[in-house]
Amino acid sequence: MSLNKLFFMDYVNTFIKSVFIENMIFAYFLGMCSYLAISKTVKSAVGLGVAVIFVLVVSVPVCYMLENYVLKAGALAWLSPDFATVDLSFLSFIMYIATIATITQLVEMVVEKYAPALYQTLGIFLPLIAVNCSILGGALFMQEREYATLGEATVFGFGSGVGWFLAIVALSAIREKIRYSNIPAPLRGLGITFIITGLMAIAFMSFMGIAI
Amino acid sequence: MNYKSDVMSTGTVTTPVKTKAPGEGLFSAKNRKLIYDPLNDNNPITVQVLGICSALAVTVKMKPSIVMAISVVVVCACSNLIISMIRNSIPNRVRIIVQLTVVAGMVIIVDQFLKAFVFDVSKQLSVFVGLIITNCIIMGRLEAYAMSNKPWPSFLDGIGNGLGYGLILIIVSIVRELFGSGELMGTRIIPESVYDMGYFNNSLVIMPPMALIIVGVIIWIQRSRNRKLIESK
Repeated sequence: MSLNKLFFMDYVNTFIKSVFIENMIFAYFLGMCSYLAISKTVKSAVGLGVAVIFVLVVSVPVCYMLENYVLKAGALAWLSPDFATVDLSFLSFIMYIATIATITQLVEMVVEKYAPALYQTLGIFLPLIAVNCSILGGALFMQEREYATLGEATVFGFGSGVGWFLAIVALSAIREKIRYSNIPAPLRGLGITFIITGLMAIAFMSFMGIAI
Repeated sequence: MNYKSDVMSTGTVTTPVKTKAPGEGLFSAKNRKLIYDPLNDNNPITVQVLGICSALAVTVKMKPSIVMAISVVVVCACSNLIISMIRNSIPNRVRIIVQLTVVAGMVIIVDQFLKAFVFDVSKQLSVFVGLIITNCIIMGRLEAYAMSNKPWPSFLDGIGNGLGYGLILIIVSIVRELFGSGELMGTRIIPESVYDMGYFNNSLVIMPPMALIIVGVIIWIQRSRNRKLIESK
């Protein structure tokens, strides 16, 4: 009972940490390109955000299993003791990106089938989730931080996705309002978006230094 | 069938480079434009909005940003060249996976090279070397240029866009290192006497959000000098 509770607290901590303190956008600037390009309206931002959450939730655990049962030094020992010295970690980039590309393809097919309107809005940026840095970034951070269990890695993937989702929805809401204000012409569009993101990131910095 | 198209593509690929010399020099005005344009009017970061992701986290100090800039130039130029050479034999439906595989291969080479020769910088860059794979500049240029152009112009286009990216990276890192720690490339620029008079390093500049604001200001300066880049309302 108490052991279960302990595990549960671990998961909650990892979740909160990955949503707020180590937010993909505001702490690491990952997934910036689609973040800046798709944030013109709230509706499309929500669609892309949900797609990113889904891809992260599926791809991070898959990459975790790849890392621990195939790629890491000595990870192949379950196959036969002869493989205990094999270290395939230099292959991790290619393996991760192939996994992510496959899952993105899957999401694209599902969205095209069940939400054609959303499919039209997202356009080119749906396949581009494959090259959204936050997805590969999630996989690489998972590798670097060496999460102890599969569950924790999944929670981390979910939390990172939720953080990304919140960030893009917040920015798109601000951009919908800012259309009515009088911005200096050279700063219009991209320039002001950069500065807004910077200010939002400063606000998010108040979470920094909170040790959980 | 496949083999035949492969032979054909390599045939069309090698001949233009050889026969090009008399008609059009390797550094003709058109080819030079491929390098200069991304540095200014068509900058990948400030105009095309590509490759911002990894750009901002590595710019706290100048040294890692220079290493990052060189890595991106190498990866972008080489993968443009390779994709352009095999562009006629790539089936359209799987092109993204083929492109990613080529880019990932190049990035692995660069990553191993950095680990072997500049290990400390490689540690500082951590996951961001791997993230060159998903750097939109590289995919963007592959899609927009290398898939429909000959190898040599594609190679130059890769170098140009890599340099345009590197330029912004280095400008941002100069501002951040100078005001954040009073140094450039690790040597002290702002003398001790200034600190004695009550000057402080601005620790906000080292924080990641300031990188975004600096890029925003660069865009502002660039667009007020070059009015045709201004976005319509």
